[in-house]
Formats: sequence, C-alpha cells, structure tokens
Amino acid sequence: MSRAITPQKKIMWTAFAWAFGLLMFFPILWTFLTSFKTEAVAIADPPVWLFFDWTLENYADVQARSNYPKALMNSIAIAVGSTFLGILIAVPAAWAMAFVPGNRTKDVLLWMLSTKMLPAVGVLYPLVLLAKWLGVMDSRILLIVVLMLINLPIIVWMLYTYFREIPGEILEAARMDGAGLKAEILYVLTPMALPGIASTVLLNIILAWNEAFWTILLTTVDAAPLTAFIASFSAPEGLFYAKLSAASMLAVAPILIMGWFSQKQLVRGLTFGAVK
Amino acid sequence: MATAHSKSAARIMIAPAVFVLLVWMLIPLCMTLYFSFADYRPMRGVFDAWIGFDNYIRFFTSSSFLSSLMTTLWMVGSILLITITGGVAMALLLDQPMFGQGVVRILVIAPFFIMPTVSALVWKNMFFNVDNGLFSYAYKFLGLQPFDFLSQAPLFSIVVIVAWQWLPFATLILLTAVQSLDSEQLEAAEMDGAPALSRFRFIILPHLSRAITVVILIQTIFLLSIFAEIFVTTNGAFGTRTLTYLVYQRVLESQNVGLGSAGGIVAVILANIVAIFLMRIVGKNLDN
Repeated sequence: MSRAITPQKKIMWTAFAWAFGLLMFFPILWTFLTSFKTEAVAIADPPVWLFFDWTLENYADVQARSNYPKALMNSIAIAVGSTFLGILIAVPAAWAMAFVPGNRTKDVLLWMLSTKMLPAVGVLYPLVLLAKWLGVMDSRILLIVVLMLINLPIIVWMLYTYFREIPGEILEAARMDGAGLKAEILYVLTPMALPGIASTVLLNIILAWNEAFWTILLTTVDAAPLTAFIASFSAPEGLFYAKLSAASMLAVAPILIMGWFSQKQLVRGLTFGAVK
Repeated sequence: MATAHSKSAARIMIAPAVFVLLVWMLIPLCMTLYFSFADYRPMRGVFDAWIGFDNYIRFFTSSSFLSSLMTTLWMVGSILLITITGGVAMALLLDQPMFGQGVVRILVIAPFFIMPTVSALVWKNMFFNVDNGLFSYAYKFLGLQPFDFLSQAPLFSIVVIVAWQWLPFATLILLTAVQSLDSEQLEAAEMDGAPALSRFRFIILPHLSRAITVVILIQTIFLLSIFAEIFVTTNGAFGTRTLTYLVYQRVLESQNVGLGSAGGIVAVILANIVAIFLMRIVGKNLDN
C-alpha cells in the first residue's frame, strides 16, 4: 500500500505479527530446545527455557538406535525415488498438454485431479492384498510406486502450469533461425523449463517425505521411513521427551528448510492454479 | 503448430501418465467394490462372494457409523472454522507494513512442513501430557488443576493439532489472494470515509471469497482422510474415530474386509461429492 504509514503504526503491526508468528512457531522452537536437554531437565517443573547445560547426547542416542539410519535412508529413497519416477512420467505428459493442447486436454487434466481425491482408505485392503500377492509388502519399491501415483496428479498439474507460461513464439523463432529439434530442446526449452521442474521436484519431495498413511500401513521393518520410526515413539518407555525431540528435529529439519524455499510453489502446486 | 503428426506424438507422451493413473484408480477400486458385496473375513477363512447389500446395511445401521460420521463432521467442521477465520486474520495481518515480514512469514508457515507423526507426538507428549506437558505447568502456575486433554477432551486436542498444521496453508493461500487486491480501490473507499469494518465486509471479503472456497474444498479433501494424528494420539478411542479410521479398523484390525470395503465405498462417495465442487472451480479457471 502506498499510503504514508506512521512509524508507530508500523511498530504496532510488527509487534502483533511477531507475537502471532512466534506463537505458531513455538511448538517447533520448544522441541528444538528440548532436544538439547537431558531427560531430567526436559520434564523439569517449572520448565527450563534457555539456561541449562546444552547437550548433544540425545542426537547421539537417536543415531545409535539401530533403526534410525535405516529409517532415514528409507525416507530419502522413497521421497526422492517417487518424485523422480513421477517427473519421468509427468514431464512428457505435461509438455504435450501445454504445447499441443487438444479438445480433451482439459478433461484429462481434471480427471487426473479427481484421482488425487480418492480417499486412501477406500483402496487400502486391495493394495495390501496386491502387495502381498506380488511379494513387495514392506519394500521400498512398493512405497516409491504408491507415493508416485498419489502425487502424480500434482506433479502433472504443476508442470503444466509452468510449461504453459513458456511462450510458443520462442520456439517458432528458434526454428526460423534454423534450430533443429535437438538444438530446440537442448538450448531453448530445457533452460526455460528447468526452474519449473526444480520447484515441482522440491514440493513433491516434501509431500512424499511427510506422507503418513501409506508409509505407516504398508511398512513394518525393512522399508519403514521416518514417519513410521517416529510413530514407534507413541508407546514410550521411561523418560523419552529429549530423545523424542531429537528424533523429531532430525526428521523435520531438512524438509523445513526445503519448505521455506518452496513457499510460492506451494500455493501453485496445492491449489492447481486456482489461486495465483 | 499442432499438426496431425504432433497430435499423435502428444498422445503418446500423455499415454503413460494416463495409463498408470487409470490402473491405479480402477483395479483397487473395483476390488473394493467387489469385496463390499462379499462376506470376506480372511482371519476366519470366510469368503462368500455375494451377499448382496448386507455389508452396506450392516455398516449404515451400526451405531459406530453414525458416531464416526458425527465425529468426522465435528472434526472437519471445527478445523475448517479455525483455519479459515484464523487464516483470513493472519493473511490481513501479514499484509500490513512491518519489520521482518519475511521472517514472520517463515515462522507462520513452518508447521505445515512438519511430519504429521512428529506434530502429533510432540503435541501429545510435550503439551497435552497431564504430568509433564507444558499446558499442565501453565495450569499449575495459574493455580488450577492440570487437565488431561487427550482423555478429557480428545476430539478438541486432535482439532488443535491438525488446525495448527493447516492454519499455515490457509494463511499462505489467503495471503496470496490478499496481495492481489487492488489497493487503489481500498484507498478510494478509505478516502470516502468507509470504516475499516465495511472495507473488510464489502471489498476484502468478496475479493477473498474464491480463495476461501478453494481452501475449504482442498482442506476438506485432505481432512476427510486424517489418519496419522489419530493413529499416534488416541488410536480412535474416546470418540475420535472418524469414518476413515473406522474403515481402517474394520479392514486391518478386525479383518472384516467385506464390511470395511462397504465403508470404504461410502467414504469414496462422500469425498467425490466434495471433489465435484472443487473441480468445477478449477475447471472454470482453466478456460481463461
């Protein structure tokens, strides 16, 4: 807004906004602080805020748990694997729909979106049955495929909205200048499409990393990612707040950072272009 | 540009995506539909392929269906109410001139990126726990009796957890919409002496209505299938069993696949009713 703002008003809004921001962020901050406490300090009454002996022992404890490194590797494999498999299938599709739209393009896009709205629980048992039948229950490949399928509509949509913004004239100009198909793809299209593809990858890694229905129900030991690893803390043994906090921070930190980078893409990706 | 040749190439490029989604939609859904008409209890070795609508009748007449439907409505309804009103307020607040706007935005958005099992367990243990939770300390500090949130007010507790996760989403989308508002219109209204409340009522709110509708629809679809938050907090006890959770329990815990599948089909139909409205809005937007 271009109106003159009095400094007092600005300071007042700053105070308000920071208060709400910190309130929203507080559970994460508290988990962060707790992860550096000893278990005894973590449940101290009254609560200890900043002045305690900061320790890294919880992080060491969690790392030492036999199943943590495995869960981390599973999370990475599943999130990255499903995203790239999805990109592989979605790029050609989104490309064709953006540059060679037919009469049916809109229907196909909407139909893809509708598959995203299928409640997971409606297909739970058949999937368990098929996974057992194929002998892939509790395997990474199963989760890679399932998460790819549930996120594919979002990937196609995001890529489609990005590709549509690439002007078609630029292709014609390249062709006039005598660029062959190979040069056209390599030097004209790829550089223009890469930012869109990168943001799509980012958002989908986040979505796959945090998916907590299929990852919990289709895994037991071997393929269990961090979502399932954390869920195993729901039956606590003894004092565990500091360890739970450390494990939680390890599970969310990388995604939190990626998430902050992808704020804008989030709006585009999750509203299917309905809000710009 | 679109020659017959490029059209057929386009079809080939789209085919894999359509094919995998078609398989993903049809095969499991048809199996669920098939099971929903069968008496299928694998633990007891019972399989009777056709019992007509018995499962549906049993599912609809069981008391757990009605209570789970009510729980779902309460849960989704209250989360929507909190996130929409809170989201509009936060979006307007974040749009004001201030210092460190970018940082505040990052703080507000953060909960959306937290893994559902993490946020549920952190809230359950470190905030709601009656012995060592922060809320209990706060109650004691105020001289009150500590309150056992998860057993005394389980539905409320889950609503708090999920609303905390989704408020950032609503805020972010509504903020995007607020920022696209034409500020000249607002200034003109202000100069004409329109008070803040009527500027909100007659200019801002109508401008936001579309974004609000989109947020409601998208959240409803995601909220109808809340799972992890219930799984790690109450496991469906104390009246927190939603329709999704009921179907999960029927299918995987008590292994009554026929009955659970009938419930699954009901869930699919309910979600589709919401989806149709969302698709209309998105579809309209595709035209322009």
